[in-house]
Amino acid sequence: MAGFIETVRFSDPYFPIFVLLVIALVTAVGMVFLSQATGPRKYDKIKYSVYECGVDPLAPASERVSVKFYLIAILFILFDLEATFLYPWAVLFRSLGLFGFIEMIIFVGILMVGLVYAWKKGALEWQ
Amino acid sequence: MTAVLFLVVVALARIAIVFSFCFGLVVVFTWAERKGAAYIQDRRGPNRADILGFRAWGMFHPLADALKFLFKEDFIPDNAQRLFYQLAPMFAVAPVLMSIAVVPFGPDVTIFGRRVALQIADLNVGILYIFAVTGMTVYGVVLAGWGSGSKYPLLGGLRSSAQMLSYEVSMGLSLVGIFMVFESLRLSRIVAGQGELLFGFLPKWGVVVQPLGFILFITAQYAEANRTPFDLPEGESELVAGYHSEYASFKFSMFMMGEYLHMVIGAVVVATLFFGGWQVPFLADTGFVLPGGASVPLPEILVIALRTGSIFLKSLFFTWLYVWVRWTIPRFRYDQVMRLGWKVLLPLSLVNIFATGLVLLLLGK
Repeated sequence: MAGFIETVRFSDPYFPIFVLLVIALVTAVGMVFLSQATGPRKYDKIKYSVYECGVDPLAPASERVSVKFYLIAILFILFDLEATFLYPWAVLFRSLGLFGFIEMIIFVGILMVGLVYAWKKGALEWQ
Repeated sequence: MTAVLFLVVVALARIAIVFSFCFGLVVVFTWAERKGAAYIQDRRGPNRADILGFRAWGMFHPLADALKFLFKEDFIPDNAQRLFYQLAPMFAVAPVLMSIAVVPFGPDVTIFGRRVALQIADLNVGILYIFAVTGMTVYGVVLAGWGSGSKYPLLGGLRSSAQMLSYEVSMGLSLVGIFMVFESLRLSRIVAGQGELLFGFLPKWGVVVQPLGFILFITAQYAEANRTPFDLPEGESELVAGYHSEYASFKFSMFMMGEYLHMVIGAVVVATLFFGGWQVPFLADTGFVLPGGASVPLPEILVIALRTGSIFLKSLFFTWLYVWVRWTIPRFRYDQVMRLGWKVLLPLSLVNIFATGLVLLLLGK
């Protein structure tokens, strides 16, 4: 433990984040355990069954889901990565000047072609 | 050793202050939500809970709710996947608790001869940290939907995660203009930049230099927080309560708490990025300096109080805005929500980046 403390750089800007992480985890886990500990518990088959507005469940819950959601997730990865590339560029924009601006127009332009393609293919439509 | 102790104590003290600020706002928010809804609909709203005869306009209802939740039966449905079911509420609360860390609540102050920033951590990645951490709340939604082993939560969880992902893109892109103007991701730097004046009289707030970015960001924020008019995941007329249908007791209130904390932090972030954070227009370190040249000197302690008070009031206003919008705008249909996200907000935020770049280039040289 003493060895561990010596390796911690307390002046690091991320040190408070670490403290916060510990506090947040303890709070979250503690709340779940507290909730388990304080409430009464009486088993009842109806109460513990799946909630479907009072009707007996007809089919298991693991139904097939629309492939649309998968498509949205893929598009998200694409465009969020784009956003991540834009951040450092945005911070340095003034020092990059016209060169950086044109570079980014090309980069965003290619991604826009992708968006238009997904749009035209109907990936963004919900029926 | 005293230096280390000082750092630890300062870290803990900051966390305690910020936590009490946020939880305080959450309590006020849950109360304002019900009371505001009531007054907008011409009702009286909650006014029954009392402590020793004091009712305080129903202010004790959030407290009564928390206590009630704590002593309700906490059951795990037979059909649930126990691990995921238990993990989901933790994921709903822990990330939002962490995301407040980088918001500056005031200028640097001097305590015992040391400069202390009124912010838990001044990270150079700033806003990126907030996005990274709040992005984790999607796991809570997905795990709750999947782990409950029931149809409504599954559908609600899927809808919710698809919606959050869709709007996260335009939320991230709508802020790029702000970074271009203030040349930093560091929130303390962005707030400091907003203290300048444009044309000698207009505060250089984010909303002034990035009006479109502000509208895009706040729209995406509402959708990200699953808030009306985008509260489809919890559309009670079709999905009961969405992804937390199968939750009861304090676990249910953890989802609620996470959601409200998320909104409170969203309000604080909007105030920080677009409304000057702790800046008060024309207030310099020494007192008011008006554009005409007149100045009103103020003691340092009063300046700091005004500045921390200003971010508090701004956050309070944007927290109230959630309630206001909720009872003003009806709910969208799901296809409309997705269309707005991908076909309107995303292209508009790219146009905003382009326009900002053009203006900066023309002005810069």
